[in-house]
Amino acid sequence: MNAAALTAVRPEATTQNVTLAKALNLGLREAMAADDKVLLMGEDVGTLGGVFRVTDGLKAEFGADRVVDTPLAESGIVGTAVGLAMRGYRPVVEIQFDGFVYPAYDQIVCQVAKMHTRSHGRVPMPMVIRIPFGGGIGAVEHHSESPEAQFIHTPGLKVVACSNPVDGYWMLQQAIACDDPVIFLEPKRQYHSGKAELDPSADPLPLFATRRVRAGDDVTVISYGPQVKTCLTAAEASAGEDGPSLDVFDLRTLSPFDLEPIFESVRRTGRAVVVHEAHRTLGPGAEVAARITEECFFSLEAPVHRVTGFDTPYPPSRIEHQWLPDLDRVLDAVDRTLAF
Amino acid sequence: MSERALSAVNVPTSRTPSPVRGVPTPTDPDDRGSGGAPMVQLLTPAGTRVHDSEYDLEFTVEELLAFHRDMVLVRRFDTEATALQRHGELGIWAQVLGQEAAQIGAGHALKPQDFVLPTYREHGVAWCRGVDPVNLLGLFRGVDGGDWDPHDHNIALYTIVIGAQVLHACGYAMGMQRDGVVGTGDPDVDAAVLAHFGDGASAQGDVNEAMVFAASFNAPVVFFCQNNQWAISVPTTTQSTVPLYQRSAGFGFPGVRVDGNDVLASYAVTKAALQRARSGEGPMLIEAFTYRMGAHTTTDDPTRYRTAAEVEEWQRRDPIARLESYLRSEDLIDDSWLAELAEEADELGSRLRTACKALPDPDPLSPFGYVHAELPAELAAQRDEYAAYLASFEDAR
Repeated sequence: MNAAALTAVRPEATTQNVTLAKALNLGLREAMAADDKVLLMGEDVGTLGGVFRVTDGLKAEFGADRVVDTPLAESGIVGTAVGLAMRGYRPVVEIQFDGFVYPAYDQIVCQVAKMHTRSHGRVPMPMVIRIPFGGGIGAVEHHSESPEAQFIHTPGLKVVACSNPVDGYWMLQQAIACDDPVIFLEPKRQYHSGKAELDPSADPLPLFATRRVRAGDDVTVISYGPQVKTCLTAAEASAGEDGPSLDVFDLRTLSPFDLEPIFESVRRTGRAVVVHEAHRTLGPGAEVAARITEECFFSLEAPVHRVTGFDTPYPPSRIEHQWLPDLDRVLDAVDRTLAF
Repeated sequence: MSERALSAVNVPTSRTPSPVRGVPTPTDPDDRGSGGAPMVQLLTPAGTRVHDSEYDLEFTVEELLAFHRDMVLVRRFDTEATALQRHGELGIWAQVLGQEAAQIGAGHALKPQDFVLPTYREHGVAWCRGVDPVNLLGLFRGVDGGDWDPHDHNIALYTIVIGAQVLHACGYAMGMQRDGVVGTGDPDVDAAVLAHFGDGASAQGDVNEAMVFAASFNAPVVFFCQNNQWAISVPTTTQSTVPLYQRSAGFGFPGVRVDGNDVLASYAVTKAALQRARSGEGPMLIEAFTYRMGAHTTTDDPTRYRTAAEVEEWQRRDPIARLESYLRSEDLIDDSWLAELAEEADELGSRLRTACKALPDPDPLSPFGYVHAELPAELAAQRDEYAAYLASFEDAR
């Protein structure tokens, strides 16, 4: 990790109240200013500023050579980013929507992920692949998916998900400074929904670290990305009704996992619920549940419960709110684990 | 599907090989082995020096002898590796036999600052980049992924996924543009990328996307397609119904077919294309029209899909024999020169045999160390768990 590059640019910025999209934009800007090898590539990232405006203004500031509007071909984007990384650049690739990543899947899995191993470390792939993920925006097919399990299952990739503007700002810079390829998942329905105080002079949490976002005693609730907000809302609701007290975690990093804080919690609570939008079977929750079982077997009072997207393709948007995990489904699982 | 259904969708039920489609035929009217399309050739299959209006070059004696020596040594290396596979020392080998002229010609056209993206069959190009053949063997023996530093030799590791590296080539060339090493006019600075692929890969999306990107960004990349007529068992006509070099027109840059069994023409055309790219004039497609004399790999049996007559016809166009014939006719080599070269080839073969057998198996724990620049704690834990398991057997003994 290039810590020097991160600290070099911090100072004069003042605290701002920003959306996730703006925080990511600021993070990209800091990273580009810190290291002229950082390039942005993707569909509509330049003149338009990205369909979600995450790269807004960056082409004007850094030029078309560093903010590249590419042809509309995802494998081409990632494949040329591989070549740029070979040449010493640090490409930050935007995949416009989660469901558009599959044409690039071969390049990501067979080239990006394996180059370090193949070359015995002589050809690192310091690349960030940004993917707006998750549902809830009323979109058509392919625009609301949660493909993280595909990448968690691929050795050689690192996979992280931010859940709020402050993390977005720091985690993106840390991912860009990382010498390994990072799949960077952004909860798209939160890009413009709500702001947070961003203090660029604060010390960030390391990239590959899980964070407790609310302390509680009865049930450990584990999530990441867009569902962190759901879980926090559930925890508040439960507390407001004198219900069970939830110990809520934002995983932040999905590969590698950082599960020690989770184990510590489950050893106290004896109960865990994992929440994500990705499909259930072999989703991240399956791995988290397995590891909790391995590490906390004698502390468990109930099987680990999962609240997830179902094993169906993402549904038509008029019923997506029923398909997605929500406050009620989370609390239902909490109740079931307590009643076990 | 019934015949009626076939005709309804206008699919021909039989196809007569047509010279326009790039099918090599023994009845090639001009005996140039061109498949009937225009093709740059400077040395005929019989070894007669001919001239080309666009790509002609004068060659020094040193150049001609180097071409010959390199082709002979690479063929020997290739033959030796095939034998090593038969002896069980390699798991598999992809022979370059028959394609030496295309590769040695292209390899000699490179400057040190150029960069090469190879397939898994570019043994001749790797040779020209100064990669020790021993370091190619690890991939095929199953001990590593190719043991050379791409930055030391300016040639990437072999890529096995068909066509994936062509996009890398384009990206690398885009990096060169950003580094300011294209079109400066300084011959020691200006650089380009040579992207290798085959007729089979020409059907891949990645190759076509690379051509789109290269054209749009005017990237200094030379697409070097060795059309060796067969993608394992499938003929080039299934990949393309037009001669492959013509594909470039649709992308907006020039393409040319060169006799890939003619080292002089392969060198001349690649040199021109690279120089064009280095000077900032953008990408170009070269179709090196050649033939895979061996099997696809040592696991393949080409007698199942091609005729002995076809192989014999291409044998007649052998790249080394034609250059040798020319060099003899010009009194540039003699028996003693050839004998010396044969001795050198024997030494190379012997060194390769010994070195191949000496390549150690990797440590079973070594894969864990190569996955990431920063080894995650959980992967370190997996490694330690496996190490402890392995150690438990040692304890038991």
